[in-house]
Amino acid sequence: MEIGLGINSMDLDLYEGHIIEDLKNSAITALPEPSGWLEEEIERNIITTTVDKLLNWGRKTSLWTETSFTACCTFEFISTSSSRFDIARFGMEVLRSSPRHADLMITAGTLTWKMAPQIKRVYEQMAEPKWVIAMGACGISGGIFADSYSVVPGYNRILPVDVYIPGCPPRPEALLAGIELLRKKIEKRSISKGK
Amino acid sequence: MAIKTEPMFLNLGPVHPSTHGVFRMRALVDGEVITDIEPVFGYLHRGIEKLAEGKSYRQFLPLSDRLDYVSSMNNNMAYVMAVEKLAGIEVPQRAEYIRVIMAELQRIIAHLLAIGSFFNDMGTFFTPFFYMFIQKEKITDLFEMVCGQRLLYNYMRFGGVSHDLPPEFIPALTRFLDEMPAEIKKYERLLAENEIVLARSKNVGVLTREMAINASAAGPVLRASGVNWDIRKDDPYSIYDRLDFTVPTGTNGDCYDRYRVRVEELTQSLNIIRQAVDGLPKGKVLNPVPLRFRPSSGEVYSHIEGNKGELGFHVISDGSDKPYRIHVRAPSFINLTALRNMLIGWKLADAIIIFGSIDICLGEVDR
Amino acid sequence: MTVELEYNRIVEALPQDLASCVIAVENHGLVIQPERIADIAAFLKVEPGMELDYLCSVTGIDYIRYFEIDYLLYSLKLNHRLTLKVRLTDRSEPTVPSLTGLWLGAELQEREIFDLLGINFSGHPGMKRIFLWEGFPGHPLRKDYSHGH
Repeated sequence: MEIGLGINSMDLDLYEGHIIEDLKNSAITALPEPSGWLEEEIERNIITTTVDKLLNWGRKTSLWTETSFTACCTFEFISTSSSRFDIARFGMEVLRSSPRHADLMITAGTLTWKMAPQIKRVYEQMAEPKWVIAMGACGISGGIFADSYSVVPGYNRILPVDVYIPGCPPRPEALLAGIELLRKKIEKRSISKGK
Repeated sequence: MAIKTEPMFLNLGPVHPSTHGVFRMRALVDGEVITDIEPVFGYLHRGIEKLAEGKSYRQFLPLSDRLDYVSSMNNNMAYVMAVEKLAGIEVPQRAEYIRVIMAELQRIIAHLLAIGSFFNDMGTFFTPFFYMFIQKEKITDLFEMVCGQRLLYNYMRFGGVSHDLPPEFIPALTRFLDEMPAEIKKYERLLAENEIVLARSKNVGVLTREMAINASAAGPVLRASGVNWDIRKDDPYSIYDRLDFTVPTGTNGDCYDRYRVRVEELTQSLNIIRQAVDGLPKGKVLNPVPLRFRPSSGEVYSHIEGNKGELGFHVISDGSDKPYRIHVRAPSFINLTALRNMLIGWKLADAIIIFGSIDICLGEVDR
Repeated sequence: MTVELEYNRIVEALPQDLASCVIAVENHGLVIQPERIADIAAFLKVEPGMELDYLCSVTGIDYIRYFEIDYLLYSLKLNHRLTLKVRLTDRSEPTVPSLTGLWLGAELQEREIFDLLGINFSGHPGMKRIFLWEGFPGHPLRKDYSHGH
């Protein structure tokens, strides 16, 4: 299509193709699990455990999810958030599509190399502290599509993942168990030790 | 007073709350009105057709589930029928009836989700969607009773189905069939003649009859434009020639007609399931075939009426235990051919509704 | 019931200049010369008694000695169907005329065959890759495609 304004749709395709090839060539091994705020430089001498408890309680009981859903696991997530399994009792009924409002990314669906730069960009736009749950077999390792020419073998090639939930698709109960694991992990954070 | 507008180049998607998945549209807009649009596919291209060439026929069954992930029973049925036609495998009568019951239940789920998301896009923010979801959960419970899975069933096999119906299935199904018509009436009372729904979807996104045939549209999109073509009636397969049902068509080809066709099809599906349950024969449910069976070499194209349109499998065999080529005639993909014609000239807010009324599933579009 | 048309009768009903472009009559379709596919499809679309006005699907297959493209045509009014096949032996630059002038429905399917098999459709209004990104090496559905992990 003729875009005018000095741009052409084929040029856009070529530019995006370069970005995808660069990302694919640089994502060769899995990223390690995030063990702390590696960029956080705050070192406090006074240990404030009550402040830790309050902050962690606030963070874990109101995780807001980023809706970057790609494939089949989406429907199990929607089942979890509807009235039968009710994710709202964990404070998570807010599903924002803007990454600026979110602090949890649940990767529901297969990731392809064409989509990978977009997901990485959305992840980078989320504000700290942020967590990632890899939901389903496709999120952990590529699942049934692992040896395909266009599928990323697991989200941990491009994002650091905190919790892995197996299943194809995981049942809503399994997803809730995974979220509970993440909440336990958030409980253990401390702003002084940066962990 | 004319408002001064400027041309702008916008991106709709791929991360967007209303694009039904990872779908992207590059839009050239003048103020709010779309002047040109280019859809970009491929964000969920997983290479299913290439993966098929390295797997045996039975190993492709779970992959076929993941094509259109809200209609897994229909996908299974289309693939299994294609291979049975290729290899000349007979299916027992009880299995045929069970297949039709499962396929129509799946059609009800898919249409409920389609109608629910149609209202989501219009701004009702999940209320009708959650009510329809309650019924969807009841059907999911029925499926879980039979095969243990909630979303991607992998239930059908070459020569029948994998498990027989447990004894509590038919009473639970009858309870569901009895209470569903009242639920449909509940949705209709609030939504069918609603002023806002009519204003936002009547005469919006019209697909004329000639354009629908020329663009190879199928399913509710084709029928809403006035073409009476339903494979269950015009090229019957399984036991559909013995069942009595009507095919709803629309007149205008606008978003409202597509919504009405889907609601009418819900009632017709309930009708079909009731007839199938009444006529369910006794007997076995599977004529087993060897795990790695080798059909004779040849090719076959076999199709069913899926919930989004004509779902066809073109299977080519070279005599070995792995298929030479499997091509999926994906209705969502081909229904999107007319997207550009349907969207130009409308505002951005209408574009979301028109796109939602075509009802696509990205797993099938991109395969 | 959708009836598969009898191929021998179709060949007899074709006018002289089109009958010459039929290479063979097989069990599953009529094999046509690649350059004449648009002419014969245009004739079959409007001829009374055939009126094959609906293009159902376009499939591309790599039989290592040649590429084959299958066009499945339906008539919604008369409820019958027909398959046309085209075989291309040139593996480096296979080309066939596009059917987008007759059916808009061919547009996306021909782009898919170009993307995954590398067959060019001349006369297509926007021939470029559809599922894979620009810069992807090769055409995956070809039998000689291999990718290291």
